[in-house]
Amino acid sequence: MVTAKSFVEEIIKIENNIHLLKIYSPKIASEITPGQFLNIKVSDNFFPLLRRPFSICDVDEKFIYIMFNILGDGTKILARKRTGEELDILGPLGHGFKTEGNFDTAIIVAGGLGAAPFPLFTKQMSSLGKNIYSFIGGKSESDIITYGMNNTFISTDDGSFGFKGTVIELLNRNIKILQENKIKIFSCGPTPMLRALKEFCVKNNFDCEVSTESAMACGFGICQGCPIESESKKDKYLLVCKDGPVFNIKDVLI
Amino acid sequence: MNDIDLSVSIGPIKLRNPILLASGTVGYGNEMSEHIDLNKIGGIVTKSLSLKPRKGNPPQRIVETPAGMLNAIGLANVGVEVFLKEKIPFLKQFDVPLICNIAASSVDEYVECTKILTQEDFISAFEINVSCPNVKDGGLQFGNDISSVGKITAKVKAVTKKPVIIKLSPNVSYISEFAKVVKEEGGDAVSAINTLVGTSFNIITRRPKIYNVTGGLSGPAIKPVALAKVLEIKQKVEIPIIGIGGISNWQDVVEFMIAGSSAIQLGTINFVNPTAAIQIIDGLEQYCLHYGLKNISQLTGSYILK
Ligand SMILES: Cc1cc2nc3c(=O)[nH]c(=O)nc-3n(C[C@H](O)[C@H](O)[C@H](O)COP(=O)(O)OP(=O)(O)OC[C@H]3O[C@@H](n4cnc5c(N)ncnc54)[C@H](O)[C@@H]3O)c2cc1C
Ligand SMILES: Cc1cc2nc3c(=O)[nH]c(=O)nc-3n(C[C@H](O)[C@H](O)[C@H](O)COP(=O)(O)O)c2cc1C
Ligand code: FES
Repeated sequence: MVTAKSFVEEIIKIENNIHLLKIYSPKIASEITPGQFLNIKVSDNFFPLLRRPFSICDVDEKFIYIMFNILGDGTKILARKRTGEELDILGPLGHGFKTEGNFDTAIIVAGGLGAAPFPLFTKQMSSLGKNIYSFIGGKSESDIITYGMNNTFISTDDGSFGFKGTVIELLNRNIKILQENKIKIFSCGPTPMLRALKEFCVKNNFDCEVSTESAMACGFGICQGCPIESESKKDKYLLVCKDGPVFNIKDVLI
Repeated sequence: MNDIDLSVSIGPIKLRNPILLASGTVGYGNEMSEHIDLNKIGGIVTKSLSLKPRKGNPPQRIVETPAGMLNAIGLANVGVEVFLKEKIPFLKQFDVPLICNIAASSVDEYVECTKILTQEDFISAFEINVSCPNVKDGGLQFGNDISSVGKITAKVKAVTKKPVIIKLSPNVSYISEFAKVVKEEGGDAVSAINTLVGTSFNIITRRPKIYNVTGGLSGPAIKPVALAKVLEIKQKVEIPIIGIGGISNWQDVVEFMIAGSSAIQLGTINFVNPTAAIQIIDGLEQYCLHYGLKNISQLTGSYILK
């Protein structure tokens, strides 16, 4: 983990007005595992004061990509960055997905911007020779992000794109794929989705890793600002930034 | 190199420079050591330690505010026993003064913690947190009450030979009255300030953004308040002051020293810029060089009011 002066290469707009920020950061780019994140200082003053956490979306040699939507002040400032501007980033942070292991098929379950970590993940899985199925859900078509993913199955709550219903219902419909292969599920998305996914995985005894979120100040374990309840140890919290953000779904209370 | 002397004394405590890292913003040092050379800073103040481990408050614990943040961590900590067994050994590889911050829910617990920790030679001093706004038991309940602060100071002093610093709350009308009682009861120094009580609402759900409803405000937003509190103490009581509150660069440190601080602590800025301490030390050296100060300690209380 380092703080490294990095530079904005370009901002690319993809589907549904989602921004991809391409950052020149050779030092950090060299040590990333999918599912890790960066903590970015978007301004060089106190507006805003704190860094903003973003999943690492993709890595291409000396470049790192993050994927974001304009939400508040921090992302508004990021979206206005110009090529060549310096960017103060801290990373890579946290524990990513365990891409090696006893499975031959990776099942991605992504909700909305939960798609962010999966382009890099997909690349790595492919290079490891694993099959990939990507289940992608959102409220409506404007939430669906398929960037960098293969073998996509889409669901929307309003039926405007793909299957009408939740992404978990869609998984259930395709449970054959899950039962007939040696699978492991990898997921990132809103809490209600993760909660339903946990129920689904427990019921069917599927192994699953999830990327979680929390409000954060430091991003590297010194502020204790990002607790998540552990399933096994009731006397202390885990930290999303340091123990996570990726956890086995069995280990955390969602 | 040059003969600028950055060393300072806080009563009996000698530091190589005035830059300490504040309680709750450095954990127990290990994560910070990946960013900065701990051998270069003035010292570390541990996360508040209690007799038994504390789980802390449920999420959401923090929220950003203009030029600051609110936190209600709830004193999550490993407890004195685990601290001595698992955290101190790591710190011992560094040549860095260690100040143990203690929080408790009763006078007896403060005394008990001090008795246990004082046996560890590596600990240079104690900072007694009587001012945490985020726990129901203890904390501000003591920090708002002059006689409690006096009693805690006296009882803790009675069980240790190490210097005792009392960390004061800004959530009182006259902070100098508290500093006065600390001095009377034999306290060696005061730290000022802990966080200011604040809150923030979500306008859609109408619920507080923080689970604990209120939290402690820290960061650049509180700097003017902290400076005024330091000045008030300096003008009213003769006791060494460690200035804390919103410090983010060397200019802020100079300001706090002019207002009366012997040393200072960096808090929230560590989250934003984990290498701030080192940059600040370099900046202070340049300042001294530029303005012909041989000892940085000459700055303490050097304000000119009229
Ligand atoms: C590990 C991690 C990975 C992330 N990855 C991405 C990503 O790849 N793409 C993306 O667009 N967003 C991601 N986010 C969310 C992203 O950090 C926020 O969208 C961003 O902070 C918005 O900043 P803002 O200033 O635009 O919005 P603001 O309106 O200012 O809101 C941001 C504020 O809310 C706090 N906050 C952020 N997330 C939460 C939360 N879950 N619960 C409570 N408070 C929160 C922040 O600390 C910040 O202070 C991630 C968050 C985490 C923790
Ligand atoms: C997340 C967080 C946790 C803190 N925890 C403690 C603590 O355990 N004990 C304590 O005495 N002060 C604690 N503080 C207060 C700081 O030590 C400091 O007094 C305060 O934040 C003001 O300084 P700053 O504006 O530089 O952050 C905490 C502050 C923050 C932001
Ligand atoms: S964000 Fe600071 S400990 Fe996790």
